[in-house]
Amino acid sequence: MDSSPVVAAGDALGAYSSVPPAWRRVVGKLRGGPLISLGILGTLVFVALCADFLAPYPYNSNSRYTPEVGELRNKYLPPMWQARGRPQFILGTDQQGRDILSRLIYGSRISLKVAVVAVLVSGLLGTALGILSGYIGGWVDQVVMRITDSWLALPPVTFAILLAAVVKPSEWNIVVILGVVYWTRYARVIRGEVLSLKERDYVRLAIVAGCSRLRIMWTHIMPNVANSAVVIATLQLGVVVIAEATLSFLGVGVPSPQPAWGVMLNDGRAGLMTGSWWLSVFPGLCIMFVVLAASSLGDWFRVWSDPQLRQL
Amino acid sequence: MHRYILTRLFYAFISLMLLSVTIFVMIRITGDPVVLMADPGAKEEDLQALRVELGLDRTYVEQYVIFITKLARGDFGKSFMYRIPVFELYMQRLPASIQLAGAAMAISVILGIPLGIFAAVRVNTWLDSFSNIFANLGLAIPSFWLGIMFMLVFAVNLQWLPVQGSGTVKHIIMPAVALGLVFTAANMRLARSAMLEVLGSEYIKLARIKGLTEGLVILKHAFKNAIIPVLTFACINFALILNGAVVVESIFAWPGVGRLLYEGVSSRDFPVVQTTVILGGVMIILVNLLVDILYAYIDPRIRYGQ
Repeated sequence: MDSSPVVAAGDALGAYSSVPPAWRRVVGKLRGGPLISLGILGTLVFVALCADFLAPYPYNSNSRYTPEVGELRNKYLPPMWQARGRPQFILGTDQQGRDILSRLIYGSRISLKVAVVAVLVSGLLGTALGILSGYIGGWVDQVVMRITDSWLALPPVTFAILLAAVVKPSEWNIVVILGVVYWTRYARVIRGEVLSLKERDYVRLAIVAGCSRLRIMWTHIMPNVANSAVVIATLQLGVVVIAEATLSFLGVGVPSPQPAWGVMLNDGRAGLMTGSWWLSVFPGLCIMFVVLAASSLGDWFRVWSDPQLRQL
Repeated sequence: MHRYILTRLFYAFISLMLLSVTIFVMIRITGDPVVLMADPGAKEEDLQALRVELGLDRTYVEQYVIFITKLARGDFGKSFMYRIPVFELYMQRLPASIQLAGAAMAISVILGIPLGIFAAVRVNTWLDSFSNIFANLGLAIPSFWLGIMFMLVFAVNLQWLPVQGSGTVKHIIMPAVALGLVFTAANMRLARSAMLEVLGSEYIKLARIKGLTEGLVILKHAFKNAIIPVLTFACINFALILNGAVVVESIFAWPGVGRLLYEGVSSRDFPVVQTTVILGGVMIILVNLLVDILYAYIDPRIRYGQ
């Protein structure tokens, strides 16, 4: 790295008296946005992984180890800084006396799972179909593109609600459903790229050299579209987190005793009329921060990876 | 051009057929509606009689053929729950949906486009940063949470607006803003990038070189050209807002087609679900088709590329 042109140019201009330390170079590259996003997303991962150690109470009222939590006399307690608040329940309790903070901490696991698995499922499915459709062409292309069109004729959340009504609500079913709903964007964009890639000289040479279609798609096309796929995936992170929250909120997503943020918002509706705002405000803020972080990371990554991708 | 339009029409038709098959099978996998409809403790014979009455005793293929032939004659079938023609039910709900979608779209256009234009004209100033933050927030806040927050502030605490329901202008404010925010943000971003692109073009430079005032350059030359793609996009959005309002409609108890669909899914009212989904699909596919044709008409490269 010492002889990298950027640093060399910096030396020549006298901007750097010596090569900056490694951490400074990394920070320098990240300058202009994603540090805060990475911080928020990193916190999400950390909290989700260490939920068992971080949460002051279990998320479920039925635990026999801490009988104090979940007792009905503790229900609807406001956050600790309010008049009726108690210091042991920092963000207050819900309608069953469960600690809001603990449920938020455990809820981060579900959001993380959804963000990772749903994006992986939809990304792999969409990328594979996009490459097949673009490279093979003909009737395969027709079939994939017509399915994409009919998929897009339904607003995604509506579609997800229908699918969720088909299968029994569970965490994993929701994750897979979101993956199945959100693949169309990858397929469309990547098909377009493959159409231009397959006219390139190196692909023609590979055909002449006798490579099989599968080999061409795997070793010559796929690495060249991977960049766009990753960019779309980053941009979709926030979209699937909101979609999961929406489904859980409507009661067709993650089933109720689970502490998904959408489920907590749905529970919060009961306390809305009596002014128990802490039931609804905190889970929504969590969703908002995660989505905000994911989308600005996606924006930054899009521009950083290739300025030509700005229209994605 | 005729050939292009015909191919696109054919594709649109195929997509609709695919959609109808998908929805037909999917809604039937959700379970047996008869169990929800009959009185608790009904005998198996009664259930079977009800199935025969609704035509659910036949195979999926038979049911689909019956459904699609009736549909071809404009008959959407009768709702299982309400026992009236679904089309009638849909038409009862549609005006409320159009009202809400219209209000949401008006907000998104009136607020989003000027903000985007100003952001582009004053690029890299505090106004630009503000609108950027606004757009990011708009895309990151789930519409239903925004709805709840509005309820909490304006209906419960301040008591300025009614919590739920429909009928007066006051009822429409909260759902329309909650629904319109995402689209406001999207319009804003699009208007900003369209305007930036136009402002960097040669004819704007020429207009400046000619010595026109900055106001005239922006209003007369740039704005007119930048607004076209933005308005097209806003029109496509109308179909999406109209059919995608399921969550907002169910929070605010707004009697639109989104809630009809949600009720249909939860009570397994097959004809209702099929009709709302297919009519919504028709709207979205038609709008997309119109835009495709319009673009092909404007830009010949698109139609020869096919």
